[in-house]
Amino acid sequence: MVETMTIKEPMDALVDNLQVEPPKKTLIEARNVDVFYGNFQALKNINITIEENSVTAFIGPSGCGKSTFLRCFNRMNDYIDEFSIKGEVLIDSKKIYWRNVAVEELRKEVGMVFQKPNPFPKSIFDNVAYGLKIQGIKDKTFLEERVVKSLKDVALWDEVKDELKKSALALSGGQQQRLCIARTLAVKPKIILMDEPTSALDPISTAKIEELMFELKKEYTIVIVTHNMQQAGRISDKTAFFYMGDLVEYGETKQIFTNPKKERTQNYITGRFG
Amino acid sequence: MTNAQKNRIIDKSFQVFGIVCTFFGLAILAILLYNIVIQGAARIDWDFLKDLPSRRPQKAGIYTAVMGTIWILVLTTMIAFPIGVGAGIYLEEYAKKTKLASLLEINIANLAGVPSIIYGLLGLEIFVRIFGLGGSVLAGSLTLSLLILPIIIVATREALKAVPSSIKDASMALGASKWQTIWNQTLPASIGGVLTGVILAISRAIGETAPLIVVGALAYVPFAPSSPMDEFTVMPIQIFNWVSRPQHGFAVNASAAIIVLLLITFMMNGIAVYFRNKWQKKIKW
Repeated sequence: MVETMTIKEPMDALVDNLQVEPPKKTLIEARNVDVFYGNFQALKNINITIEENSVTAFIGPSGCGKSTFLRCFNRMNDYIDEFSIKGEVLIDSKKIYWRNVAVEELRKEVGMVFQKPNPFPKSIFDNVAYGLKIQGIKDKTFLEERVVKSLKDVALWDEVKDELKKSALALSGGQQQRLCIARTLAVKPKIILMDEPTSALDPISTAKIEELMFELKKEYTIVIVTHNMQQAGRISDKTAFFYMGDLVEYGETKQIFTNPKKERTQNYITGRFG
Repeated sequence: MTNAQKNRIIDKSFQVFGIVCTFFGLAILAILLYNIVIQGAARIDWDFLKDLPSRRPQKAGIYTAVMGTIWILVLTTMIAFPIGVGAGIYLEEYAKKTKLASLLEINIANLAGVPSIIYGLLGLEIFVRIFGLGGSVLAGSLTLSLLILPIIIVATREALKAVPSSIKDASMALGASKWQTIWNQTLPASIGGVLTGVILAISRAIGETAPLIVVGALAYVPFAPSSPMDEFTVMPIQIFNWVSRPQHGFAVNASAAIIVLLLITFMMNGIAVYFRNKWQKKIKW
């Protein structure tokens, strides 16, 4: 054992590290993004790159623009009157704000989970199958397989397997939110955007969803907006701190929480303001 | 007297005032109904429903009026339902909130308050004269459709507005187009409210008299209409005609016809209430 632990030159160690963990692919990129609501500028010149199979947390006080930015990745801001965006947002190297981009196609790649669980007033099965059905998929065995797989992936299967025809509204809040995640997974997106997904849930349901994110990270790229510092610290690889429309600091979560470079970040995560 | 005592007296007296108000309206309606039922109930039988109009009150029936009302009812529904609901969906879901949209909104609200005789004159000019439809069932239905369109549009919009946006967001976020979202989520969730509005609007239409008189519905039509281009009469006009005759027999006939008309209206309102309760119970957010 001792013999194999030869001391290496720093450069060699770096190369070894690279071999163990090849650099991850960039999946989301924002270049000089400005967002306006009428005359109000909600985001100011944001630049960010987000890697594949990672969890990135957006933190910051209310109204700092983090949710607005999240919604730029699946163009859910499109329906807000007076919304306008400058700069480029690239998903998988494709500019998504191009005129000829079909938003419906984009949203199959970029799923979203909302703050309050919002299941459709339909059965559990129909909720999960919805995204596939609107794509025109009618094959029953295919739909069934996908629904079962998605429910298993969110660890809801054992709780609902005997009542797939029951209304989704009869589930508890935590179950509903996991159902909403399953509904998103069924479409097989690359990216899952989560807008404060646990803020309406009790601690146990929250823990379940956090646990779930660790699993989902293997197959999906997750971007999560959260008001809960501990949550950001627990689950994310990278953290971005927003303040008044600016991206103040972005880096490894450990670094942001233990050794932030900006005073404002320090003040926020230690609870001195916000 | 303490303040609390004073407040209690004010509270009590307002409660009494409210009860009196409620029963005042109900009592008048009850007296009216009582008089009509006493006078007309005995006159209603199968012959009364299936007999053609006649100069002799004992032989006169309301068959042509009932058939005319049914024709008007069906045609008006077929015209006003798709146009009204379509316009409501457009204004609520598609139209951008511009100045033009708010101008449209105000105008539609205003149209709902325009006296029905004005719609009659409009129908007379456009449908009867310019389109050359004459005093036909179709001209009457088109006129009544205009009359109830604003009501249907407003009701549709209110029903659509009540669907939480979180449901629409969820659908859009899964890659559904706007129409898929409306068809699969918004409409099913609001259909109870939409149908309630439509049925209430139509039950208003079957009670309308003035616009149809202007358009040219006749008081005496010897045959029930058999096509949309036929001449027609409806129950309110028949009632109006009978009431204005001097013979007592026709007054009895009018009462009997009022009972039949009221039954039809109550039935339609009952259906509307049934739908509303049924769908409201099903969806709890």
